[in-house]
Amino acid sequence: MSQVTVPVSTDLPASTGEPRRGSRRRRRAPLHIVLALITIAWALPAIGLFVASFRTAQATNSSGWWTAFIPPWEFTFSNYEYVLTRGGFWDSFLNSFFITIPATVLVVMISSFAAYAFAWMHFPGRDALFLLVVGLLVVPLQVTLIPVLSLFRDASIGGYELNGTILAVWLAHTGYGLPFAVFLLRNYIGGLPRELFEAAEIDGAGHATIFFRLVLPMSVPVIASLVIFQFLWVWNDLLVALVYLGPVPANHPLSVTLANLTTNFGGNWQFVTAAAFVSMVIPIIVFFALQRYFVRGITGGAVKG
Amino acid sequence: MLADLLGNRVALALVVVLVVPAALAGYILAVEAVVGRLPRRIAGGVRPWLWVTPALIFLGVFLVYPAIATVIRSFQNRRGDAFVGLENYAWFFTRNDTLVALRNNILWAILLPVLVVGLGLLVAVLVDRVRYEVVVKSVVFLPMAISFVAAGVIWRLMYELNPTVGTLNAVITGVGGPRVAWLSTAPWNNVMLIIVGVWMLTGLAMVILSAGLKGISPELLEASRIDGANERQVFRFVILPLLAPTIAVVATTVVIFALKTFDIVYVMTNGNFGTEVIANAMYGELFTAGQQGRAATLAVILLVATVPVMMLNVKRFRQQEERR
Repeated sequence: MSQVTVPVSTDLPASTGEPRRGSRRRRRAPLHIVLALITIAWALPAIGLFVASFRTAQATNSSGWWTAFIPPWEFTFSNYEYVLTRGGFWDSFLNSFFITIPATVLVVMISSFAAYAFAWMHFPGRDALFLLVVGLLVVPLQVTLIPVLSLFRDASIGGYELNGTILAVWLAHTGYGLPFAVFLLRNYIGGLPRELFEAAEIDGAGHATIFFRLVLPMSVPVIASLVIFQFLWVWNDLLVALVYLGPVPANHPLSVTLANLTTNFGGNWQFVTAAAFVSMVIPIIVFFALQRYFVRGITGGAVKG
Repeated sequence: MLADLLGNRVALALVVVLVVPAALAGYILAVEAVVGRLPRRIAGGVRPWLWVTPALIFLGVFLVYPAIATVIRSFQNRRGDAFVGLENYAWFFTRNDTLVALRNNILWAILLPVLVVGLGLLVAVLVDRVRYEVVVKSVVFLPMAISFVAAGVIWRLMYELNPTVGTLNAVITGVGGPRVAWLSTAPWNNVMLIIVGVWMLTGLAMVILSAGLKGISPELLEASRIDGANERQVFRFVILPLLAPTIAVVATTVVIFALKTFDIVYVMTNGNFGTEVIANAMYGELFTAGQQGRAATLAVILLVATVPVMMLNVKRFRQQEERR
């Protein structure tokens, strides 16, 4: 948490009217109070979960998490121990990686080819096709589930039905992630200076050279944004995994396992909270490590207009 | 051999992470090698299509084709072997529980953007004036990183009926009030679920609006202050109009979130106690009831609801392109 970077950096000095100090401080008190209340309201639920996950079953059922701050402090790692050694949970942790990393790699590769073509090549129907991509940005996934499910049921590789496999989830997530990926990358790549491409062409560079040697290296910031988006979106996804992986737990990622735990485990709060926290650790690390790019990604797409 | 590979996750993941990118890069190199030998005019016509083909295949197979097939499916019976006209739509618009889902989605689509944009704007404007900006922003932004499922767990702990576990009921009984069944008291439980969404999405609105705010030239604000405008007037007549396009973008994004709401409801109430939404009803029809025709109809209704936003996005995009 210590290396949190300024989300949107600003070098502007705060503009101040410079009235007398005392009255200014009193006038600003409501500002600080409102901000403090908001910060508490946003932090409190997560803190509650975090504290509860370190308490024993007995403590959880007899007193609230906030009493844990009163001595004697009794914290335990046993919930984490239980959750991580419990058959299936550790597997889902690995599954989440197995699902997320390839689904992210595929989207980045495929969308960058398309984005380059949309940005710097001319072909009939290009603009109409890109408008289709813009339209697909908001299509609800629900509308694709039934036909894709039957596609997966019909498709088999070497006797394996695709439905219920991690491969199916990769393919689906790649398809679902592409509209946003192509949109984001094309806007960025289209903004690269034209002179660069002209100069490269005069030097005799072909499209492959321009793409791999110039466009990709120059697009690292936007690709970083895309990687975080796709990573978080796939890691945190419930619906796609739930639908295409079916009820067999062997391939379930954390989100599905956690959802099942929540609905079946009822009163055993100490385990559910520990499991929830485990599911949050990786996305939070990714998020804070690359927060700058994440913010640039969402603001770059939205604030242009 | 392929079957063995599918059985071994580690090998499969390695293949996908190493071999597939190499194959895709090889595809582009091969395309260029072949296209480069063609006459210039033909090459120029063929090349772009070969570059976009992988993306078009995925978009076609996983979005365009299924969307069309689902629309057709919504006019068919549960097994999909006969057309039944508007029967599924009649079912949707005459059943009490599906209409409740529709009502709830409308409630989500109004309340969620209003609260998210309102709070996001408030935080963005206030935080701009203090030195601990980073702290507040990070805390409000953090829920963006976690899953709706984890958020569901977090908030079930808040809403738990038992006051020795549930945070909110502990506060209420602490000051002498009666405990509240937050998640099973209709219609307010819908608002409780929407609050979870607000907790998740306000960070998004805050970051976008904050960036927009910092894009407003300080000279402009200073000029209006010198002209005698007080802070409220500066906000109302200078900041708000300049931020309006950004607010519209955020609001439409959140409306889409609200229409597609699934995870929060699935994890917290599973649509019980009058909290059903269309996406969760669709999941139920598909997997619990085995009613594919009805499930398709529910999906089409969601799709129709997003069409206005889709058209707005396309229009906005065209305007942006003209300005480039």
